Amino acid sequence: MTFWKLFARNRGAVAGLAILGFIAIMGTTAQLFFPADPFSLAGKSMSPPGENGFLLGSDSLGRDVAAGIAHGAKTSLLIGLLATLVAVLVGVVMGALAGYYGGWIDNLLMRATEMFQTIPSFIFAILLVAIMKPSIESIVIAIAVVSWPAVARLVRGEFLSMRNREFVQACHTIGMSDMRIMLREILPNCLSPVIVIGSLMVATAILIESGLAFLGLGDPNIMSWGFQIGAGRTLLRSAWWVCTFPGIAILITVLAINLVGEGINDALNPRLRERS
Amino acid sequence: MSHASRRIRYVLKRLLQAIPIVLAIVILNFFLLQLAEGDAVDVLAGEAGSATPEYMAELRAKFGLDQPLPVQLAVYLKNVAMLDLGYSFRHEMPVSELIFDRLFATMLLMVSTILLAVGFGVLLGLVAATGLNTWRDTVISVFALITYATPLFWVGLMLIVVFSLNLGWFPTSGMENFAMFYEGWDRVFDIARHMVLPTITLSLFYLALYTRLMRASMLEQAGQDYVTTARAKGVTERRIMFVHVLRNALLPVVTMAGVQVGALIGGSVIVESVFAWPGLGMLAFEALFSRDLNLLLGIFLLSAVLVVAVNLVVDIVYSSLDPRIEVS
Repeated sequence: MTFWKLFARNRGAVAGLAILGFIAIMGTTAQLFFPADPFSLAGKSMSPPGENGFLLGSDSLGRDVAAGIAHGAKTSLLIGLLATLVAVLVGVVMGALAGYYGGWIDNLLMRATEMFQTIPSFIFAILLVAIMKPSIESIVIAIAVVSWPAVARLVRGEFLSMRNREFVQACHTIGMSDMRIMLREILPNCLSPVIVIGSLMVATAILIESGLAFLGLGDPNIMSWGFQIGAGRTLLRSAWWVCTFPGIAILITVLAINLVGEGINDALNPRLRERS
Repeated sequence: MSHASRRIRYVLKRLLQAIPIVLAIVILNFFLLQLAEGDAVDVLAGEAGSATPEYMAELRAKFGLDQPLPVQLAVYLKNVAMLDLGYSFRHEMPVSELIFDRLFATMLLMVSTILLAVGFGVLLGLVAATGLNTWRDTVISVFALITYATPLFWVGLMLIVVFSLNLGWFPTSGMENFAMFYEGWDRVFDIARHMVLPTITLSLFYLALYTRLMRASMLEQAGQDYVTTARAKGVTERRIMFVHVLRNALLPVVTMAGVQVGALIGGSVIVESVFAWPGLGMLAFEALFSRDLNLLLGIFLLSAVLVVAVNLVVDIVYSSLDPRIEVS
């Protein structure tokens, strides 16, 4: 069966994909529907949802909550994808080297990942962003730094189990270079678990980003959902909508990504499906 | 060799293994401090408003900041070993004192969270696994899926809106009501009332995690040979589930509880800053706001050491729960 047919058997995953598509479109067309700067004063402050032309209300500075959510979608998805990409790239390189060569590289990597497993990762991310000053780059780096060890461990395990397999020995016999064996022969064979862990990592990255922004460590020039909630928390008593709607946006996005990730997992590892 | 002395050797071995990790974390901490813009003298000079370059150089010499990096590292290691984590210029107090002041509140929150999350997680996982593919299983799985995707701080804020602001059942923030001068049991009751919302918020995510883990673990154990043997002996299904399978299924949950302590500390930064719970997380949030890097690094170091310690304890507990684990 094709990948898509297997994926479509999981109805939750299809629904997740549809929601994710909608959010992605919302993020990319934010400029079209809400051309004004989401930080700018758009009308009467503290308007409840549906009043004064605000679909989801406005905050104490008259900023449009709906506009913030639309622009924030771009931020969340962008940071989630970028951070995951960096983490997967670093993790694959480290894991492949350690699993393939073994020896001191492997030892070093295992010690490093052990240390990363001990360090409270969210506090580490906070520290990194605080030290590098909040910006898109520093947030992406911080999330990638705390996320790559999981990928590295996974890839190392796959490479370790494959490096002595017959097809790899055959490659050695015909004189293929190590680089080529790693990239062209072994890597394609362990891509599916990497794709699965990567898709789930996007969700975690979005959660970390929103947490950082909530604590005031977001990029100050870019609207994000975590920032909206952080800015609206003092208004809980008088304007519940400022915090509520961006939170629902995070919840739906992360949920959708998790569903898609599970769908990919089902489609790529049909054997595992019966277990759960 | 007797069993007891083997166990002691195992504990000692695990202790020795923990040392390099702690050392690596301390060194990482040192380099993070180097990475930051400006040093303690810049901060002091900034506080004072104006300082001549000569005075700053003098101060640097006094703090040893003019020494080469390896010397500074050695001094830092020595200081950490003597529990001296530096000085917080904002609070005008040694970092270690500040941290130990707040440690109790965080421990209180964490212990109650772990109890709640593990307890309910095991229960829900059990209910889901015994009623596989029934409505109970579906409801619990959907609940786990949703809580897994919810940002902690948002849950906290929503709980405040519903239970504090609208219903008025619980206080919105803090750990106790100082204005009432409660004593004895009244004080305990007051703290417990303040604890309800932060504990629920922090446990939700882990509750989902342990529920999923417990369910998977129960299902895995149910397929083992010893279950078939028990069934062949004529043991009732109920007894198989609750005596044979349950015990074995609990083991991975215990391990996971240890592994998750690090994440729990990270979560407590968010939850404490939402509820103004006066623990380490709140301290970290304050340090963040006042750019008090020394304090932030101290909290980071202590939380990392805490994780190492908890994992050590879990390993030791685990090895006595499961005698199959090689202790020699």
